[in-house]
Amino acid sequence: MADKKVKKEKIARQVMPEQEAAVRAKNFEEVPMGQSLETAIIEASRCIQCKKPACVEGCPVGVDIPGFIKLIQEERMSDAISKIWEKNSLPAVCGRVCPQEIQCEGNCIIGKKGEPVAIGNLERFVADYERKKKSADKPKKAAATGKKVAVVGSGPSGLTVASDLILKGHEVTIFEAFHKPGGVLVYGIPEFRLPKEIVFSEVAGLEEIGVNVMCNAVIGRSMTLEELFADGFDAIYLGVGAGLPTFLNIPGENLTGVFSANEYLTRSNLMKAYLFPEYDTPVIKGKNVITLGAGNVAMDSARTALRLGAKTSRIVYRRTMDEVPARGAEVHHAEEEGVKFFFLTSPVKFSGDENGRLTTMTGLKMKLGEPDASGRRRPLPIEGSEFDLECDLAIIAVGAGANPLLTKSTEGLELNKWGYIVADEKNGKTSKKAVWAGGDIVTGSATVILAMGAGRQAADSIHEYLSIGW
Amino acid sequence: MFKIIKRQEMAEGTVILNEIEAPLIARKALPGQFVIIKATETGERIPLTMADTDPENGTITIIYMVVGKSTAIFRDLKEGDSYMDVIGPLGAATHLEKVGKVVCVGGGTGVAVLHPIARGLKEIGNDVTSIIGSRNKDLLILENKMKIASTKLHICTDDGSYGHHGFVTEVLKDILEKEDIKMAVAIGPVPMMKAACAVTKEYNVKTLVSLNPIMIDGTGMCGGCRVSVGGETKFACVDGPEFDGHKVNFDELILRLRAYDIEEKKSYDHYCNLQKA
Repeated sequence: MADKKVKKEKIARQVMPEQEAAVRAKNFEEVPMGQSLETAIIEASRCIQCKKPACVEGCPVGVDIPGFIKLIQEERMSDAISKIWEKNSLPAVCGRVCPQEIQCEGNCIIGKKGEPVAIGNLERFVADYERKKKSADKPKKAAATGKKVAVVGSGPSGLTVASDLILKGHEVTIFEAFHKPGGVLVYGIPEFRLPKEIVFSEVAGLEEIGVNVMCNAVIGRSMTLEELFADGFDAIYLGVGAGLPTFLNIPGENLTGVFSANEYLTRSNLMKAYLFPEYDTPVIKGKNVITLGAGNVAMDSARTALRLGAKTSRIVYRRTMDEVPARGAEVHHAEEEGVKFFFLTSPVKFSGDENGRLTTMTGLKMKLGEPDASGRRRPLPIEGSEFDLECDLAIIAVGAGANPLLTKSTEGLELNKWGYIVADEKNGKTSKKAVWAGGDIVTGSATVILAMGAGRQAADSIHEYLSIGW
Repeated sequence: MFKIIKRQEMAEGTVILNEIEAPLIARKALPGQFVIIKATETGERIPLTMADTDPENGTITIIYMVVGKSTAIFRDLKEGDSYMDVIGPLGAATHLEKVGKVVCVGGGTGVAVLHPIARGLKEIGNDVTSIIGSRNKDLLILENKMKIASTKLHICTDDGSYGHHGFVTEVLKDILEKEDIKMAVAIGPVPMMKAACAVTKEYNVKTLVSLNPIMIDGTGMCGGCRVSVGGETKFACVDGPEFDGHKVNFDELILRLRAYDIEEKKSYDHYCNLQKA
């Protein structure tokens, strides 16, 4: 037994092959290229099957991680995907976009001494394998209950709620404001990080088991919640996302060439501006691009700009690398591809030419002061340190707020002071009867997996309500 | 899919009317609101303010000028064909109130947007004087409908081929001079709205304008449609499309509307060449 353990620790973490940085920075194909069955099995063999798996505790939806890895070890791929599906209906997505380093892999015992088991890669592998083979049995649907649920928003939390509730025998309709389902997975996250075909295949899977997906439905405008109830829905889940771009309120922000990350990414991802003129929606292709902010959305924007032909793509952030909130892999990929970081810099104003087009951003140098309420050292301006950066495209990626379109048109829905919906942390119940909410419209901008976790809890609570009562 | 049940050419074929089956939108839409339309899988999302709605028959009417590739694709759709996506109603409805004498000014396809507002204002008891204009007589649209929707209708053409020879602003000034106008509505090309607002401002007559900036989602999500109103940034898709014209920064709007001039021309030329081939 002791021998076996020593041997396992010696196997190095299997590296997933990636497109070379110089090549991929010019195309929109996915960066990591997936792995072979052989390397997946080798990687799976690194898992020591802890009795009290810390990795599972780190997973917001509680996937039985050692369970599915053991099934990979035994080469039982369809059983492995079924095991994941018990807790996670979007593994191909989560394997790609979850911040594993602070969740499952961050908790992995093997990772204490060396590299953690590549749980994210294995999850992705199993999901991709199944998508191609289609060998596993789809989860079984319970007998029809005759109850109808409306899910507003088709992002990660909405898809999770829909998936859970259709399996429990309820009728589910998803309402999506855009012309395509997927929410942030489609309009926000770029193709090179999450191919859209994967999202559409997940949605198609839901449709196959009976979920009705209605696009072009802007709830709050096309229909109100009261009208949904009047149309016979017994429960409503609101997973509409944050959906309000934050601007900086500095001079020159309305110059042509200054974008919210939402607009820039929506043009490129949802509207496929990177394929213009084959697709009709254009986007400004900057030569010198500045992205403000350093979260995942900022990395996505800066990397998209490179792929659209930028000569320079720079991230301007008012703190330092230590405070960068983006997923480690994204920062690493961005740096490899040539994105440059300007730390301790705060934007002061934008300037343009006579045609109202952006030419320059003026920045101000910062230094770190005492820790603030968040425990991070507060950036303080250094007076007189203004300097100019040439740019013809600036993307503001400093977070999002709560879009009021739906909440303002709904009576009896309690909001917090920032406009987010107040929902019970344990079950997603709002102040309005038979209405639940989860994801970014409750928490503010967070991750795909946290939105899915909220969706899972709400789905359980909705099922309980439909079976027992409020 | 959203079927076109009626198609009509206006203004020598440069302006097209489509009545489209969209029952969910028709039952909710109010004057001043808009829809976003996308014709094909690869198409753009184009915002268009509705010219009319018929809740009973479940249809909405749009009237647009063919100016680029997207509207050329729209033009090429026949009766019985369908738009792939129609989203709405979006934006805030016009706040219609009885104030007494009102003047409604429309230019180009702006007249199509103005019509339901003029009609609504008259229906609730206002005395509505309307002024509509175009480059020449053949390009004028909705004359008869505007006549019915108004107490009095003035027509202007740039070349003098019909009605007053000159701009709508000249007639507007004349009316403001002679009559006790309480409110104005001006809808049309941005330079026309800007000029009309400059005139009404002299007479201190509150003026509503309906703006048409570049837009993607129409729900306040992207901020592409931002306009400066009274020094504040507003989103035309949710805060508008109507604003107090005396507070709008029209010069900024004109520059922002030119953001994709080069790309749009390239796209349109490519489409026209394909059509010729």
